[in-house]
Amino acid sequence: MGKKIEILDVDSRQIMDDIKKAASPPEDVEHWVTIYVMGKPYRVPAGLTIMKALEYAGYRFIRSSGCRAGFCGACATVYRKKGEYRFRTALACQTTVEDGMYLSQIPFVPANKATYDIDKIEPTPTTLLEYYPEIARCVSCNTCTKACPQELDVMYYIQYAIRGDIKKVAELSFDCIQCGLCTLRCPAEIQHYHMAQFARRLYGKYYQPKSKWLERRLKEIDSGIYEKPYENLEKIREDPEAIKELYYKILYEGREKENKLVEDPLELMGED
Amino acid sequence: MTLKLIGGYPEYMRESIEMVEKTRDQRIKEKEKEKELALTDEERKEVLSKFHPDYAPGGKRELRVGVNQGEIVPNEVADILEAWPALNPDEVDLNDIDYDVDVLVIGGGGAGTVAALWANYEGIPAENILIATKLRHGDANSMMAQGGIQAADRPWDSPIIHYLDVLGGGHFANKHELVKALTEDAPKIIKWHEELGVMYDKDEKGNFIERWGGGTSRRRMHSAKDYTGMEIMRVIRDEARNREIPVLEFSPAVELITTEDGEIGGAILWNMETKEYYVVRAKSTVLATGGWGRLHIRGFPTTNHYGATADGLVMAYRAGARLRDLESVQYHPTGAAYPEQIVGLLITEKVRTMGATPVNKYGERFVFPLEPRDVEASMFIRECFGKGNCVQTPTGMRGVWLDSPMIEELQGEGAIRKNLDAMYRMYKRFGIDMTKDPILVFPTLHYQNGGVEINANAQVLRGDGSPYPRFFAGGEVEGGVHGKNRLMGNSLLDYNVFGRRAGISAAKVARNSGKPGKLTLRHVKAFTEEVRRINVPPERRSPILLPDYRGKRVLARKIDLPVMQ
Repeated sequence: MGKKIEILDVDSRQIMDDIKKAASPPEDVEHWVTIYVMGKPYRVPAGLTIMKALEYAGYRFIRSSGCRAGFCGACATVYRKKGEYRFRTALACQTTVEDGMYLSQIPFVPANKATYDIDKIEPTPTTLLEYYPEIARCVSCNTCTKACPQELDVMYYIQYAIRGDIKKVAELSFDCIQCGLCTLRCPAEIQHYHMAQFARRLYGKYYQPKSKWLERRLKEIDSGIYEKPYENLEKIREDPEAIKELYYKILYEGREKENKLVEDPLELMGED
Repeated sequence: MTLKLIGGYPEYMRESIEMVEKTRDQRIKEKEKEKELALTDEERKEVLSKFHPDYAPGGKRELRVGVNQGEIVPNEVADILEAWPALNPDEVDLNDIDYDVDVLVIGGGGAGTVAALWANYEGIPAENILIATKLRHGDANSMMAQGGIQAADRPWDSPIIHYLDVLGGGHFANKHELVKALTEDAPKIIKWHEELGVMYDKDEKGNFIERWGGGTSRRRMHSAKDYTGMEIMRVIRDEARNREIPVLEFSPAVELITTEDGEIGGAILWNMETKEYYVVRAKSTVLATGGWGRLHIRGFPTTNHYGATADGLVMAYRAGARLRDLESVQYHPTGAAYPEQIVGLLITEKVRTMGATPVNKYGERFVFPLEPRDVEASMFIRECFGKGNCVQTPTGMRGVWLDSPMIEELQGEGAIRKNLDAMYRMYKRFGIDMTKDPILVFPTLHYQNGGVEINANAQVLRGDGSPYPRFFAGGEVEGGVHGKNRLMGNSLLDYNVFGRRAGISAAKVARNSGKPGKLTLRHVKAFTEEVRRINVPPERRSPILLPDYRGKRVLARKIDLPVMQ
């Protein structure tokens, strides 16, 4: 295993310095744009995200900055462009600044979540309506869908929710980052993202089949059959060469054989 | 726009993409042969020693204060450990207690939320638990993990094999009892998630669709598209909300409180918006503050969330906790290298496990795609800075290609939208279609491999190795589980396993003991004296709480007026 790689003669410290330099933003700014942060104009380098542009302008976030990678929904932003009637939404960390943006960050979304005991619910087609009756007020205006920075079909999943199709709600809402822009924009005062969270948990718990392999493994662990092997491993570790050899053996074997182990042993043996 | 872009890339990068396209069919045919590129132990050493940032000289120094004095850590970490406490203990009245709780959980990410839930399951009423967090509940690296979570539940896998993978990936430096806990609890955690309603990817029989991870000998990575971390985090957060566990947001802990009898008795919180402090007394305290990504070690960009500033390390260290494996930093091999707006952001390992191969600017393979992360990252740096076979971006970043269109060829059309929608969406926002074009990647600062040392009950250890009875830790802040290098899919698992163990242990202590002894911040004063001894610049204070990305010109002109403070 392993094809010999050539030995390179390099200056590691220099390489690290070079990386640092390469990863730093360029010092010279060639192009600038003007953005309006809550109405105040600032000149910022073109090509930055809204979030980095605000920081460049001197703002230091406490709110409205979370994962900075499009997963947490903390940086929901609303804006209009100069001379345009259209109201736009964005994630500040995932959107490039444009000249003439009038920007405002949303620090918090007031929305109520239904509380429930997930173990005590028997989902029926009316469950979502029982916990979130306001979904019935949907006027199909599609404003939620237009507001969604993830480009989800929000109105569609609300319609499926009204019809009680929990699976569809779960699937269509799956990529929701819970920024709350849909809920802020909705004229019918629906709290889409909380309802969708509820639907997904119902789907995951009550509609997705449970793993039999997992059940079996849990029984094995409870029976204590792994205790001895763990003890053995601890002993083998006392000899660094022996444990290394075992590790590489298992690693290479696994990579070779794993893909061939495709039969379902539970089916071959009959279920226990 | 400044530069003419075709499908998101400038023309000169297109020329390299054409070379990648030319070799693609052949590489797909020979996909199985990639294994031949896997490195031996000796070769791993050669590559790591020359190209991994941890091994290159100039990035580290000896700690001059505290329990781990004399040990080597990255400069950026030494800077915050050898810093003046931000809080002046004389300004705090410990007799005026704002929150008197059974369990204080510091940190509202994955580990903290899991700990709070399990403390509640173990009989601590919700109102006697408090989660204090710096940003919003759930704004954490846990939310951002994409690829998956490991658990050995398939019949031809076992917790023992999982253990070996963790150990080898960690360079055999991992703590036995912690790896045993991690791998043995893993299936239990997945079961718990099933019960909570986490929507994992499953087949029609209900078994999990499991994929390879770098450095694993079995397919055991469970995922929920490429939103695995988000799906788990939002479900456990929803459950914490159902149980009405109190959360104080934008109120980070800035110092632990110790007691006259040498215990941990709570923490001082600081409301970042009103600047008011709160005294929290707790029968047990759980540290779940996450890692250090935002320290930008060695100037690297990072995948981490805004608050990953290692506050927990700082606080625990001052209180006398022992740290371990802090000299090893995890760089994720595939951070985005282009476009500039997303440099450093995570490109999940799942892109490689789904079949995309890293190739150089000429479209040539140069590495087995699923080495442990430190080896893979070193091979990328070697290809870029050792051999020069990389693509340079208009802003000067360098990177190699990750040939994502291979996924559609290998797994069928639509596989990327189905399994990697977060990635697809991110690139689409910047005009790149990763189903048709490869993406440019370079290693990025990702994870704190070590941390506050714990035992299998998630108890934090003091300098002498004895456990604090009332102080626990879970998640990225703790160390010993992953040794010198964590494997993919083991961080989500870590925060669940040790968050759970911390919550259970904390509940047990809270049930069985009275209030902690007399509260004190004596340790902060003692630490201040140690810092005085080594000549630290007065402006170097910690915990730093948040990084500062304000523009240079603004900072140069910034003045503080003695009003409105």
